[in-house]
Amino acid sequence: MTNKPSKADKNHLPLGGVIPKGGTAHDYSTGGWRKLTPSVDKSKCTNCMICWVMCPDSAIIVEDAKMIGFDLEHCKGCGICAVECPDKISAIKMEEDKS
Amino acid sequence: MAITGTKGATGLTGNTAIAYAMKQINPDVAPVYPITPSTGIVEDFSSYVADGAVDTELITVESEHSAMSACIGACAAGARVMTATSSQGLALMWEMLYIASGMRLPIVLTDVNRALSAPINIHCDHSDSMGARDSGWIQIYSETVQEAYDNLFMAVRIAEHEHVLLPAMVCMDGFITSHAIENINLIGDDSVREFVGEYKPAHSLLDTGNPITYGAMTLPDTYITFKHQQSKAMAAAKDVAVEISAEFGRKFGRNYGLFDAYRLADAEAAIVILNSAAGTSKVAVDELRKQGKKVGLLRPRLFRPFPFEEITGALKHLKAVAVLDRVDSMNAFGGPLFNEVRSALYDLEKRPKVMSRIYGLGGRDYKVADAVGAFEEVLKAAATGRVETLQKYITL
Amino acid sequence: MVTSIEVRWHGRAQQGMVTAAKVLAEACLLSGKFVQAFPEFGPERMGAPVRAYNRISDEPIRMHCQVTDPKFVLIADPTLIGVVGLTDGCPLDAVFIINTSKSAKEMRVALGVKSGGAKVYTLNATQISIETIGRSMPNTPMLGALAKVTAIVPLDALIKNFKEGYSKKYSEKVIAGNVTAMNRGYNEVKGE
Repeated sequence: MTNKPSKADKNHLPLGGVIPKGGTAHDYSTGGWRKLTPSVDKSKCTNCMICWVMCPDSAIIVEDAKMIGFDLEHCKGCGICAVECPDKISAIKMEEDKS
Repeated sequence: MAITGTKGATGLTGNTAIAYAMKQINPDVAPVYPITPSTGIVEDFSSYVADGAVDTELITVESEHSAMSACIGACAAGARVMTATSSQGLALMWEMLYIASGMRLPIVLTDVNRALSAPINIHCDHSDSMGARDSGWIQIYSETVQEAYDNLFMAVRIAEHEHVLLPAMVCMDGFITSHAIENINLIGDDSVREFVGEYKPAHSLLDTGNPITYGAMTLPDTYITFKHQQSKAMAAAKDVAVEISAEFGRKFGRNYGLFDAYRLADAEAAIVILNSAAGTSKVAVDELRKQGKKVGLLRPRLFRPFPFEEITGALKHLKAVAVLDRVDSMNAFGGPLFNEVRSALYDLEKRPKVMSRIYGLGGRDYKVADAVGAFEEVLKAAATGRVETLQKYITL
Repeated sequence: MVTSIEVRWHGRAQQGMVTAAKVLAEACLLSGKFVQAFPEFGPERMGAPVRAYNRISDEPIRMHCQVTDPKFVLIADPTLIGVVGLTDGCPLDAVFIINTSKSAKEMRVALGVKSGGAKVYTLNATQISIETIGRSMPNTPMLGALAKVTAIVPLDALIKNFKEGYSKKYSEKVIAGNVTAMNRGYNEVKGE
């Protein structure tokens, strides 16, 4: 998807910069901003949810009260989750993309 | 002042009349922070709120910055919002004024014109509203109590018009108009309700079924587009003002238009001046006309948008014009009204001589003799085709 | 026939000068006149000299400058003599109404009014107001005196306006006291 409105769209931008519907952040892919990618060692993770609280992009995926990974479509690779993961646990690491 | 509700004609101060108009409009929200000389508006209106005469949510805030912030929040929530201020109050609202206009929120504010500090001064001049002239707000100026009252209703309609959607400011002179009792014809509550109608916002933050965002950041790829939209809306406000003013005239018999032209059609020399001092100048026009001098006056009502084509049309036959500003732009080249008028006349092949006069700062009295003095200078320029002094202070 | 007149009220803050100008305007309005009533604000402290003005006309009033040469001057506090320019700008046929226990003749000398065409009137408005309203409110009897010595406004228009316009704001007793004060001001004002 493209982040820039087309020329035709520009003529129909909602007045006053209003974004006239909800959930548009979901459509905006920020994964491409990422240099380092988080990875989690689930054998160490205690599901304390601190990463889920602290992630500025809501990119921690949780299912059935368990942290199961990252939404890499939106994760910008900021590394906050790795820093906030308690020192005694250190379940999250930031790594260069393998590709 | 007691309001004799049974009679059409009564006597009210400018502040009381504005508060009464607000009562009749019955806005949803009024965030207020009183300041001299507009305090009377807030005092009277808060009595209406306390008495249950209106449904308005009156929000008492801790500064004018907060007052305008609350106006913005409430208007984005879909409310019809009004407030009033003066001088430092408007100055403190400054950054929020731009946010109100940029978000296209039709807030209506009464500015009771007062000088800006320093030195501190509570009296009338136009420093406050002229400082906000490029903030994207519609500005309508009022000569009398009656006109200020009438303008408030028209301001609501113009601001909320679908082709406009911009905030509007009604200006009247501090103390001279705000604290003077004058004859006024009040409009019936039902007629006001019918005229202003109900505000139907395109969006509302309180509509949880349709979540929206106000105040998102824009990058260079879109910001200019939003400003272009805003600029076009401001230009459209002129035609809307003409239309609404005509409708007001049909319904209530008082016709205003974009400006007030007084004995101008056959004049050779004229003064251009805003607000209450125009009345005093008209007395001078009458005196000079009795002496056979061809003088006239133009009093702009709509200053933003500035109706440059219409004003050019009204002034083009003159030989000389003095533009009197109750504010100095501190640009060393005359007041803001002078700059607009002179610029508007530039494209004429044969244009009148134009001079700038700054008068009445900080409430300095502007008498009939001062107007006569200004006219004498314009008449001289008309006769000689030469302006001796392009800009100067009078009433010093 | 008076077509356009100007009035200046002199007093001290809290003596009701602004209210007097307002009540006069209302009463004139009731008689179909065009009116202006406006105060001159300076230091807003009790005791500070205060001025208020009226313009009353048969034609719409366009002028919005201060009143500089009033024909009618009402002085609520004689201690202002020598403090502020009570006679400033007044024409030769000016009319002065002064709240004092002294005679008009004495006040003419005190004010320094030399023109034979000018008229000076006095009444003890402070005493009248204490006896009728219960406190010093010289403005009300002075309005009654103004009705007597000028053609600006008839006494019954003043009284009618006060009864109609202030019945919600004040008790019946206060209204009655003020009406008596106006009547006494009308009857007790004396010229030379």
